[in-house]
Amino acid sequence: METLKFEYRGGRPCNPAQASALAGVVGSGNLEILVEQEPLNGACAVEVVTAAVGFGAIWQAVLDDFFARHPLADVRISINDVGATPAVVSLRLDQAVNAFLGGTA
Amino acid sequence: MTQSYYEASARERLAAVLDPSSFQEILPPSARVTSPHLRQLDTPAAFDDGIIVGEGRLDGQPVLAAAQEGGFMGGAVGEVHGAKLVGLLERALDTRPTAVLLLVESGGVRLHEANAGLIAVSEVMRAVLAVRGAGIPVIVLDGGQFGCFGGMGIVARLCDTVIISEEGRLGLSGPEVIETTCGVEEFDSRDRALVWRTVGGKHRTLLGEAGELVADATAAFRAAAIRALALTPDLSLEALEREHAALGQRIERFGDCHDAVDIWRALGIEAPERLPLLEAADFNTITAGKRA
Repeated sequence: METLKFEYRGGRPCNPAQASALAGVVGSGNLEILVEQEPLNGACAVEVVTAAVGFGAIWQAVLDDFFARHPLADVRISINDVGATPAVVSLRLDQAVNAFLGGTA
Repeated sequence: MTQSYYEASARERLAAVLDPSSFQEILPPSARVTSPHLRQLDTPAAFDDGIIVGEGRLDGQPVLAAAQEGGFMGGAVGEVHGAKLVGLLERALDTRPTAVLLLVESGGVRLHEANAGLIAVSEVMRAVLAVRGAGIPVIVLDGGQFGCFGGMGIVARLCDTVIISEEGRLGLSGPEVIETTCGVEEFDSRDRALVWRTVGGKHRTLLGEAGELVADATAAFRAAAIRALALTPDLSLEALEREHAALGQRIERFGDCHDAVDIWRALGIEAPERLPLLEAADFNTITAGKRA
């Protein structure tokens, strides 16, 4: 296993519909994503625990893309991954943030 | 459009079975009560350890409910997973809800956690019996992709009733385990028709192990769970002895049968080979009064 940490700055404060939201399941080729509101001095902190070792650069690219679409401030994103593909990761990130902000999951 | 219970996640099942927006989770993912064992084995943990517990309402009645997530390690029971279930059942003794609902989906004990998982399942069994003994019905809903096997298969049969779909399976050793230990001649776990007619919901219902067969739809499970709230189980010693006698007769009546279809024929069902093709409503009509 590998634990990866990322931090993004320059996001906008958000007004979530719920304090936390979860998307996905920790199963093969899948992952779970927990999105929580937390005072982080305006940062968006991401922690990934993944069973697939050595894919840090790809996580960086997927999360950069996510933050470009959803620049969130004071949000903690926690991920438990069992080898989800980048497309699945992006989908689950969007589902989790939609549920968090009050859209449909 | 009907929502498939089989395809839904544990969280989606709870949301669909209970009254809308009534569920309040205890120890939600944000509490991060995760397995202490999996990390040592270099295996990813889940924030809820594969089980969601909490309280809500069913048809306006207060209930406690748990749902196992088969997608995480086949719904297997680890130490934390089991402790959440035991804690929920013990809470019922304090809060006295109308019923406890167990939305099971589990291969049994989580072997990664060995003895801790085994102890957890035994504690769940004791807690189920304590809740039933206090006069609070424990209702099982079984319709998930992984069925209900191993220690959770025993737990299910300790409860007051099992509501099952054909796709929901119930047993002790699962098909793969039987094939591995006894050989493919004994049981071919890749023969889906054989698997379903042996451990599937229709056979479990005909044997009297499940109380009601429902269609694979969350609304059907919800409606059956509401009906089950009215159950008044007979927990007398006489009823227990009748049950034991019936189980003893079962092996005498059906011990020579080589296939579930032989048992259905022995139960007096005409053209039993058509049963697997029937929708739940037709199945219930045709088999009414002909259960073991």
